[in-house]
Amino acid sequence: MKAETSRWKTALALLLTAIMLFPVYWMVNSSLTRDADMRRTPPRLFPTDPTFEGYRAVFDQQLPYLGTSLVIGLGTVVLTLMVAAPAGYSLALLRPRGGSALSFLLLSAQMIPGIIMAMGFYAIYLSLGFLNTVPGLIVADSTLAVPFGVLIFTAFMSGIPRELLQAATVDGAGPVRTFWSIVLPVSRNAVVTVSLFTFLWSWSDFVFASTLDGGGTHQPITLGIYHYIGNNNQQWNAIMATAVVASIPTTLILVAAQRYIAAGATTGAVKD
Amino acid sequence: MDSTRLAGRAAADAPVSAAPRRPAPARARRTARARSPQWTAWAFLAPVVAYLLLFYAYPLYRNLDLSVRDYTVRSFVSGDAPFIGLDNYREVFADKTFLPALWHTAVFTGASLLFQFSIGLALAVFFSRHFRLSVLLRALFLVPWLLPLIVSASTWSWMLNTETGVVNHLLGLVGIGPVGWLTSPDWSLAAVTLANIWIGIPFNLVVLYSGLQAIPQSLHEAAALDGANAWQRFWKISFPLLRPVSAVTLLLGLIYTLKVLDIIWIMTRGGPVDSSTTLATWSYRLGFGSMLPSFGPGAAVGNLLVVTALVFGLLYIRAERRKVLA
Repeated sequence: MKAETSRWKTALALLLTAIMLFPVYWMVNSSLTRDADMRRTPPRLFPTDPTFEGYRAVFDQQLPYLGTSLVIGLGTVVLTLMVAAPAGYSLALLRPRGGSALSFLLLSAQMIPGIIMAMGFYAIYLSLGFLNTVPGLIVADSTLAVPFGVLIFTAFMSGIPRELLQAATVDGAGPVRTFWSIVLPVSRNAVVTVSLFTFLWSWSDFVFASTLDGGGTHQPITLGIYHYIGNNNQQWNAIMATAVVASIPTTLILVAAQRYIAAGATTGAVKD
Repeated sequence: MDSTRLAGRAAADAPVSAAPRRPAPARARRTARARSPQWTAWAFLAPVVAYLLLFYAYPLYRNLDLSVRDYTVRSFVSGDAPFIGLDNYREVFADKTFLPALWHTAVFTGASLLFQFSIGLALAVFFSRHFRLSVLLRALFLVPWLLPLIVSASTWSWMLNTETGVVNHLLGLVGIGPVGWLTSPDWSLAAVTLANIWIGIPFNLVVLYSGLQAIPQSLHEAAALDGANAWQRFWKISFPLLRPVSAVTLLLGLIYTLKVLDIIWIMTRGGPVDSSTTLATWSYRLGFGSMLPSFGPGAAVGNLLVVTALVFGLLYIRAERRKVLA
């Protein structure tokens, strides 16, 4: 009886997952469909006669975009960690006066829509000649992640046992040494969580890329897809192949680090 | 900046070096530190404070400045646009796009939140009864949330294509005629809302699921002993106890949904004839969507959006405070 209902639940869950992931399947299926079959009715539900011309187009045209996205993503991660980790340490363990006001500011900062920041950055970059540069985009992308990063680090580091820090102090370690050799290594999970989210957000960013890097020579993959959609409406298998390739980081992260993602989503929302 | 920091350190060191004859270094350092724990704490905060000033406050200020000046492409570069006070805001309020955009923003946000939350909650309850493969399948549900928005948006555009899209094909099998999802003004808002709901379900699922996990199992067992069925247990136990988590989830969902721009812009560009224009896409179109940008009104629309998000955020914080005090 028990096993019976459990089997039904598994079957239902499989069905729901299939419905939920159908668009993802359809993206992969379309990326393998021949141009000639693209617009036929009924559409082919399975890639029985696959073609790789879409992927060939990706490798011919989109590799520079992917490279730029990788550089921007990694740069954003480094910048975010450099700003957020010390801040989390201070807010969680050093009790700065006015710390809660700062936390409140960071929380409010998350509410600011990207388009607002994009216009402000555009005005600033224009006068500084910083438009269409990779470092400029790294700085803008990091604004998506820094408030979240501080939140995660603060939440995580608050859980570090005080005895550990006191032991370090007794051994003569200053705050910098304590931070670098004790707090940071112990907070490895937080570092991973923040890095993963930061990378994903930076990799996926479209608003900053299209406003601040619209005319650049080094453009990220989101603009690569966007140009595809705008310019050649016909070649949907190439568009979908690019979309599949652009989803690789997501897939890797889900396979390798799913628990960090769940942890990141729930920090701050669920108190235990 | 650097010189003040050095001066500060010198001042902190001074009493130490002046201390006669007991130069045990570890101890000396400890007293110096004890005198300035606040200095240390704020030294670690210095990067984030500088960051917030340079990369948040300054762009926001520039945006505010844009919204109260009469910018043209030329004066945008030269930077001498005349101050016109609130004229941009007046222009925005009088624009015939304003009320529809406001209404679309409300419908898009309301419908997205309602469906994301209720579907996410139902799935969270479902997945919290452990069964075979539940962990794996729950992980797979995260995929739509983590995909780059442009990937999801272009996939949905392709699926919702009027002539060759798979959605219309499947609807045709049950006898529903082709729907002009992205080409008809009657359907475009529904189409982008549908895509956004799909993207938002995973986040609601993850957060509500862990909220459910935090509710003690013993409460359910006690209620079951008292004869409560699963339906009653959900509405009398899980749902009320989940309220704080639900509130945060909805607030975060609201803030994210108000900001949504990529999905709508890529799928419909706010069209056809503004039928899926929200405040966010309108602002983007004014500032960047044409050859002749109107940054002033664009920035004004954007600022209205910030005010909306902040109002809801503050309402939430006030409600939280009151609950803590009570």
